[in-house]
Amino acid sequence: MRNPLSDTIVGIKPSGIRKFFDIVSEMDDAISLGVGEPDFDTPWHIRDEGIYSLEKGRTFYTSNAGLKELKEEIVKYIQRTQEITYDAGHEVIVTVGGSEAIDIALRAMINPGEEVLIPQPSYVSYEPCAILAGAVPVIIELKEENEFRLTAKELLNAITDKTKVLILPFPNNPTGAIMEREDLEKIAEIIREKDIFVISDEIYAELTYKNKHVSIASLPGMQERCVLINGFSKAYAMTGWRLGYACAPRKIMEQMLKIHQFAIMCAPTTSQYAAVEALKNGDDDVAMMRESYNQRRRFLMHEFKEMGLACFEPYGAFYVFPCIREFGMTSEEFANRLLKEEKVAVVPGTAFGDCGEGFLRISYAYSLENLKVALDKIKAFIARLREEK
Amino acid sequence: MREQVLAIIEKNSRINIKELAVILGAEEIDIANELKAMEEEGIICGYHTMIDWEKTSIEKVTALIEVRITPQRGQGYDKIAERIYKYPEVNSVYLISGGYDLLVTLEGKSLKSVSNFVSDKLSTLEGVLSTATHFILKKYKDHGTILTKKYEDTREKVTP
Repeated sequence: MRNPLSDTIVGIKPSGIRKFFDIVSEMDDAISLGVGEPDFDTPWHIRDEGIYSLEKGRTFYTSNAGLKELKEEIVKYIQRTQEITYDAGHEVIVTVGGSEAIDIALRAMINPGEEVLIPQPSYVSYEPCAILAGAVPVIIELKEENEFRLTAKELLNAITDKTKVLILPFPNNPTGAIMEREDLEKIAEIIREKDIFVISDEIYAELTYKNKHVSIASLPGMQERCVLINGFSKAYAMTGWRLGYACAPRKIMEQMLKIHQFAIMCAPTTSQYAAVEALKNGDDDVAMMRESYNQRRRFLMHEFKEMGLACFEPYGAFYVFPCIREFGMTSEEFANRLLKEEKVAVVPGTAFGDCGEGFLRISYAYSLENLKVALDKIKAFIARLREEK
Repeated sequence: MREQVLAIIEKNSRINIKELAVILGAEEIDIANELKAMEEEGIICGYHTMIDWEKTSIEKVTALIEVRITPQRGQGYDKIAERIYKYPEVNSVYLISGGYDLLVTLEGKSLKSVSNFVSDKLSTLEGVLSTATHFILKKYKDHGTILTKKYEDTREKVTP
């Protein structure tokens, strides 16, 4: 029999997080701090709207780009948070999670051999999606000393004449890093000058704990070269609804829509009706969850300080990214031992890129009570490691 | 800071000052002062425990009683409300808009003790026109807490 497989996909490594998941799921009593989704239930009024739409029999496809009402609410939301205006008719698409938006944006913009800049540590799908789109991924290794922000110098050093797109993943999973206005202004200048484009993954935009999130698309001359991606998963605790969106200039959006049309048809209808309610009446829920995450974030930072564990202060998402280099182990060794000896699951930083070596991703999408139990165990583990040395 | 402190202790009055300071990013001394001030101002009126008595072997009966009254000249409803709330078995007394005037919640050991209270004490008060007693059969949710089921984490254990 001939080889039925594509060399491209065979050549892509499976997600590093999957391997760890398999080990953890075999341990029933493990406490996990490894989850990349909110612990809150979707607020009831949003769920209720989904149920209501089913009761009313709204069980058909929507138009390819999404419900008109939802697209209009998305435009209003971006207008009120970022003060940028998109045309709901031609510049907005509702997707199956932010993940689909990343995929179709890359496929709409890349010609074979063009380079995509991917800052790491970052979410696991950028590199594979870039490769599948025929791009050459170019990794920019972010540094802890810069609080894992992307600097102008790092960007400039990575750009060649083949560079087409920069993926900008802030607020960042797994580091919790953010990019503030001044940081963005510095890189925007280079982006304009070098005439490249940006796919800005802002799925954690609502979860920042310093200033309000600033989208790079809101800076002068940037909207026209930017695909802005966001969604409902993190802000409204709606991961299972699989709903995201992208806003982009009409020229790019037309091609994204073609891929979406043929590959997906439309995002889930029930989820779209629920999402309208989320954008209309969900601000208080978001504020409540943000405050709750912030309290947990402060608790973790405090505990790490007490333990003497090095960790830069993250101001976004719901992750902390402590450094474990002092123990002379790889991230994977550390995570494996912590799991075996204390039954606490954290994700090795290397799951998010090689430069995550020496770090762990710890999620605080857990109740304070849970975090306390887990942190006590980590404390005991670390004390033991230090004694061993 | 007041609002944040209150939001937290309303749900968890056992949280200690040190923890409050950590999660709010404040100084312990400021939290302590704020709590003290709010106690003195009567904003914080107590630190109670929520108990689902159903799950104990202790028998308790709770009733909601609608009371219609004639307000008294110069004192409105307050005088009668006071006469009612002074009974220790009365849990709460609210002045209500709508079809009746006072909503009284009452806790007793048995149906009989509650109905005795209503017929002997409450309905005989001067100014009380009528009462309607509703016994609570089941509590689904109380003080914002769902009593019927516990939170269960059904998420996958590790996700990107």
